[in-house]
Amino acid sequence: MREDDPGTMLAEQVGRLLAERSGAATLRAVERGEWPAALWEALEGLGLPLLLVPEAMGGAGLGWRAAGPVFQALGRHGAPAPMGETILAAALLAAAGIAPPPGPLSLTANGGERVPWGRHVRHVACCDGETVALCDAAGVTWAPGANLAGEPRDSAPPGGVVRSAAPVPERFGGEAAAAALALLRACQMAGALAAALDLAVEHAGTRRQFGRPIGRFQAVQQQLAVLAGEAAAAQVAADRACRAADRHGLAGAAFEIGCAKVVAGEAAGAGAAIAHQVLGAIGFTEEHPLHHLTRRLWSWREEAGTERFWAARIGREVQAVGGAALWPFLTARDEDDDTTP
Amino acid sequence: MVGLRFEPRDTPPGSAALRREVRAFLAEHGRGWTPEVRGRSWMGFDRAFSRAVGARGWIGMTWPRRYGGHERSAMERYVVLEEMLAAGAPVGAHWIGDRQSGPLLLRFGTEAQRMRLLPAIARGEAAFCIGLSEPDSGSDLASLRTRAERVPGGGWRLNGRKIWTSFAHLCDWMIALVRTAPAERDGPRHAGLSQFLVDLRLPGITIRPIRELTGEEGFNEVTFDDVPLPEDALIGREGEGWAQATSELAFERSGPDRILSSYPLLAAAAEAAADPVPIGRMVARLATLRAMSLSVAGMLEDGRSPAVEAALVKDIGNAFEQAVPERVRDLLDVADAPEGLRRLHAYVTQVAPTFSLRGGTREILRGIIARELGLR
Ligand SMILES: Cc1cc2nc3c(=O)[nH]c(=O)nc-3n(C[C@H](O)[C@H](O)[C@H](O)COP(=O)(O)OP(=O)(O)OC[C@H]3O[C@@H](n4cnc5c(N)ncnc54)[C@H](O)[C@@H]3O)c2cc1C
Repeated sequence: MREDDPGTMLAEQVGRLLAERSGAATLRAVERGEWPAALWEALEGLGLPLLLVPEAMGGAGLGWRAAGPVFQALGRHGAPAPMGETILAAALLAAAGIAPPPGPLSLTANGGERVPWGRHVRHVACCDGETVALCDAAGVTWAPGANLAGEPRDSAPPGGVVRSAAPVPERFGGEAAAAALALLRACQMAGALAAALDLAVEHAGTRRQFGRPIGRFQAVQQQLAVLAGEAAAAQVAADRACRAADRHGLAGAAFEIGCAKVVAGEAAGAGAAIAHQVLGAIGFTEEHPLHHLTRRLWSWREEAGTERFWAARIGREVQAVGGAALWPFLTARDEDDDTTP
Repeated sequence: MVGLRFEPRDTPPGSAALRREVRAFLAEHGRGWTPEVRGRSWMGFDRAFSRAVGARGWIGMTWPRRYGGHERSAMERYVVLEEMLAAGAPVGAHWIGDRQSGPLLLRFGTEAQRMRLLPAIARGEAAFCIGLSEPDSGSDLASLRTRAERVPGGGWRLNGRKIWTSFAHLCDWMIALVRTAPAERDGPRHAGLSQFLVDLRLPGITIRPIRELTGEEGFNEVTFDDVPLPEDALIGREGEGWAQATSELAFERSGPDRILSSYPLLAAAAEAAADPVPIGRMVARLATLRAMSLSVAGMLEDGRSPAVEAALVKDIGNAFEQAVPERVRDLLDVADAPEGLRRLHAYVTQVAPTFSLRGGTREILRGIIARELGLR
């Protein structure tokens, strides 16, 4: 991604804003169930919600390649507000020709179970097969819930108020919401892993034992190198899935999105373990910020399809293709065959 | 903010057509390859095959035409390489010349050296080996002791010993890193090293193949006993050997040969497997590693020197390649698998330990990454 990419520039703005205005205190408040109103307004002020909405509908008209770095920047800071969900919901609604309403949004693909940030958002994009409906969220009696990171995951009783409903275009597909959420979580995990690496490296440079920084011990260095590798793999897998979504549509990019969710999920498990090992006991405290990242990593890998879920899908697809045709299948995913004889 | 950035890179337009050509070629030549040949991958040596690859213009693809090259892009070359590896082709007779000896000569060689050797490499006729490791110098390469001394009246005299030299017993040339000036006490250890082009037919050279645990002969011990090297055997500048040798490391380390060594086994097992989950995990990993390796290839093509990125891709690529035979045991009962698959699995199981040794060990690569993280 080049410096002048809109996605990179936006991601830098998001990163700066969150570095200044968010942090452990905000994440703690969110985990207590508070709504980060000021932060939400600041994020909204960057023009993020309509990132993926076509210009004709008043949006920024950008693609998944631009959204990916923004999702990663949100993940790096623990995603203290449902901006990723809002961007996805607005994209799905707009794709179906429904004007996305202002304010925080969320989305669901399973009829309102464990909706991210449900109690805090104004509307939810309810996806059911090929249809997306704009549903009211305010006024709903949410059954509050949370993932293990304390992020709101709330359930709504059936039969809420539907403002409008329309079919999702083919490019988005019948599993658009699930695929979009998997892509978002993969990107967020890549960001959170980069932040966990930062924390662990910083700690290794300052914590001293046996008369020197623990980062001078080769055993610690080697573990951090592994964490750096996992973080890089997650980032590449996430970027690749975003590019595939631009190229083939969300529906056509299920393979790459699945790969990203698997690789980022594996990296989340391995990476969180290393970060905690390097941080020692301090990393297990409520006071130290590491857990805001690692608990989210453990949560996000469970959401929108575990590694096992996506790997089974990929595996079945690969088995259907067959061993001899697997290599041509893999290379053709990234190449347009412009010269078919 | 630490961590490395891998920018996405596409293969060039026309790749699909190029792949078709290579696949047709491999289908024709690969009919008789046994599971062991496919499992050996780029550690397999077959001169006739390499000549056929050269005749198709797939060696020295990026080099200038006047040196027998084909002036194609680095990414087109990448496409050809990964097709060869995916098929488990025995590319060893031209792999080293194409991957590092040729590029080294192109960069540091004299015009005469280039004219003499590059066209022969590109035809698949001149086979090269790498003379780095010595009995007492493995990871600590700079401690090497093989030495070349100037001979009054011109030329050099070479003495010492190299070891683990892949294919030396079958090759024509070695590019050796040797000492031309003693390491000074307290001076930089990398000073005083130079690279030489060694014609393996010269007198004073003894090549002793070393049997591998598979029972095959792949690597060698090469002894130099007063070997007379001509004046023009020096490559580049005297004393610059370390910098010259390491300048190619990013090329050497990030290629598809660091992620695909066990691909033929993965493909064979995918079909026979009962459980799709481990296959899905491996394929997800492989697809990601390919993207990372392509990203590094793109940085190289842009003239950058992504040494750390290359080390990182090699490290996680090797870990993946190495895990494949173990994962496959989860996929299916290997003991009951069809014969071809069983043999392929048995072979790859035996050679997999080398993946994280050759070309820089896992620990050395992780040390390079840790330095980038500011830890050392
Ligand atoms: C199949 C095969 C083909 C090869 N072909 C060639 C060839 O063609 N030409 C050539 O020159 N060489 C070749 N090699 C040699 C290869 O480059 C060396 O094996 C490698 O550099 C490691 O050196 P070593 O084997 O002496 O191990 P050592 O350096 O003795 O290392 C043994 C172990 O100790 C670890 N270790 C060493 N130093 C450190 C450190 N500072 N910190 C932490 N751990 C450390 C290593 O990581 C390794 O795990 C080949 C090797 C193999 C296996």
